[in-house]
Amino acid sequence: MNAPAYNFAYLDEQTKRMIRRAILKAVAIPGYQVPFASREMPMPYGWGTGGVQVTAAILGPSDVLKVIDQGADDTTNAVSIRKFFVRTAGVRTTTSTQQATVIQTRHRIPEAPLSSHQILVFQVPIPEPLRFLEPRETETRRMHALADYGIMHVKLYEDIARHGHIATTYAYPVEVAGRYIMDPSPTPKFDNPKMNDCPALQLFGAGREKRIYAIPPYTQVISLDFEDHPFERYRPDGTCALCGATDSFLDEVIADDRGGRIFVCSDTDYCEKRRNDPAPITEGGRG
Amino acid sequence: MYVAAKGGERAIENAHRLLAHERRGDPSVPELSLAQIEGQLTLAVDRVMNEGSLYDRELAALAVKQARGDLIEAIFLLRAFRATLPRFGASEPIDTAAMTVRRRISATFKDLPGGQILGPTFDYTHRLLEPESAASSDQALAQAESGPDSIPRVTDLLAQDDLIEPSPSPNTGMPVGDLTHDPLSFPSGRDIRLQNLARGDEGYLLALGYSTQRGYGRNHPFAGEIRLGEVELEFVPPELGFAVPIGRIKVTECQMVNQFAGSATAPPRFTRGYGLGLGHCERKAISMALVDRALRARELGEEIKAPAQDEEFVLSHSDNVQATGFVEHLKLPHYVDFQAELGLVRRLRSEYEAAAPIREAAE
Repeated sequence: MNAPAYNFAYLDEQTKRMIRRAILKAVAIPGYQVPFASREMPMPYGWGTGGVQVTAAILGPSDVLKVIDQGADDTTNAVSIRKFFVRTAGVRTTTSTQQATVIQTRHRIPEAPLSSHQILVFQVPIPEPLRFLEPRETETRRMHALADYGIMHVKLYEDIARHGHIATTYAYPVEVAGRYIMDPSPTPKFDNPKMNDCPALQLFGAGREKRIYAIPPYTQVISLDFEDHPFERYRPDGTCALCGATDSFLDEVIADDRGGRIFVCSDTDYCEKRRNDPAPITEGGRG
Repeated sequence: MYVAAKGGERAIENAHRLLAHERRGDPSVPELSLAQIEGQLTLAVDRVMNEGSLYDRELAALAVKQARGDLIEAIFLLRAFRATLPRFGASEPIDTAAMTVRRRISATFKDLPGGQILGPTFDYTHRLLEPESAASSDQALAQAESGPDSIPRVTDLLAQDDLIEPSPSPNTGMPVGDLTHDPLSFPSGRDIRLQNLARGDEGYLLALGYSTQRGYGRNHPFAGEIRLGEVELEFVPPELGFAVPIGRIKVTECQMVNQFAGSATAPPRFTRGYGLGLGHCERKAISMALVDRALRARELGEEIKAPAQDEEFVLSHSDNVQATGFVEHLKLPHYVDFQAELGLVRRLRSEYEAAAPIREAAE
């Protein structure tokens, strides 16, 4: 048996160039889903193969990588992906949002503001914001081409008619640079405003669905809403039991089997920094 | 010269000899033992037990070997044996809350009573081919601590706040449906549906479950809990009249927590999809839970528009022994039917040709 040898950051250079071309196109057309020849990665689809491919394509030897899942550096999948890049690329890693140059994330945007020297890579399960209204790709591509977004507005309107408010809590659709409707990946809608006018480049990779899309730095990102029903940020009504934060997104933790609940920050780095120094956290990066 | 393709008896004998030869492979390589298959191809054995619906690791290992690793063929062998066994009763419902847990994870809460227990999982391995790990056997053996004897189920914790529909109470007075004794009929009860899915083909359930995630009958699932471990099996012998333990079996359970906006008669709360299988069979249990929830569309007043929600479609095509039989029977001779079709096509063609002048005149 021939022992296989792997390239820096796992992917071969030809594949990286193909992904970089898709990324450049995505940056040039903000919010547009660029098809790319997604590869089989050594972790299952659904674990972040799209994000891993994007990270592998942009990572350089001097980068400092942070990986979070559900906002936390210590979740199993974040640990696993971080170890993967340590093993295949030998890059430095960090749990500090400020010190990272590349942050791969699943389901959250860090609480600390990002800087223009950072890239945020999202793992995306279903890149198509219209998918649950229209399952056929041929149809949704036509809708995007014509900016025919009526069904999305009807869906949001029906939510209001039935519930009195828009009943979407995560993967809340946004309009990017006044043109494409985009799925922000399953982040809670609490994080949506952070995407707007963000100094960092935001890249989205969907491996199984073979799509890459992007929000360039300082791009307008608007959460869809109506004049009389403006977008509302949602945050669990609680205080972090560890750091006392009242402004961060919280995880609910079941404390016992008698219905006891506590809340803790979902962003573990933010929480840890606050416990060490409660002063407001400012932006970072390699600049 | 015409030679009729007869004399099938010798052909079959020779085919069986060739099959045995192929099964054995290179005689200079040691033959696989059943203990090796049972102990080292454990997930293949588990799948065969599951879809063969017979809990017997040794027989399942034998079936895998005899079937040359073709798992559907192995499942078929086990099913055929199972069909010869007398059914003397039904066990008491197993209590998965009292499971000796080997693995238990929840995707809905970061931490919870009993904690997250990863157990033996591929989940966070990197899929890099490692010839040395496949070959070497002298690695230090890991000894897992045996898990706690009882961990509350996530769905029970949620049920305390009425945030999820209650689990249907065990209806011990009612007979348990069994589609190996009564043929499938529609609409079917959930017990029959779950039995059908538990015996159903893993790949088929996987594809159907996947289709719901991609928008064909979406049901907003969260893996509330997946647990693997051993449970005690109890049986009430009629001559005793009380339950006695008759053994322990390893099972995988998936409790899916699904969004539900409520209806005219039901308040908004989470609903359930349920998956359970013999042995370690996570992919199967998760897929089963997705499909179970999709099939509850009628009961929950949801519009039925996707394949996974169509009870008759799903349940009629899930059994891989049936499916493989009917699909592969196309290999059997169909000379007689084909002859009849040949005659018909010839007649239609001659009629078509006869009508040609009339068609031309009409143009």
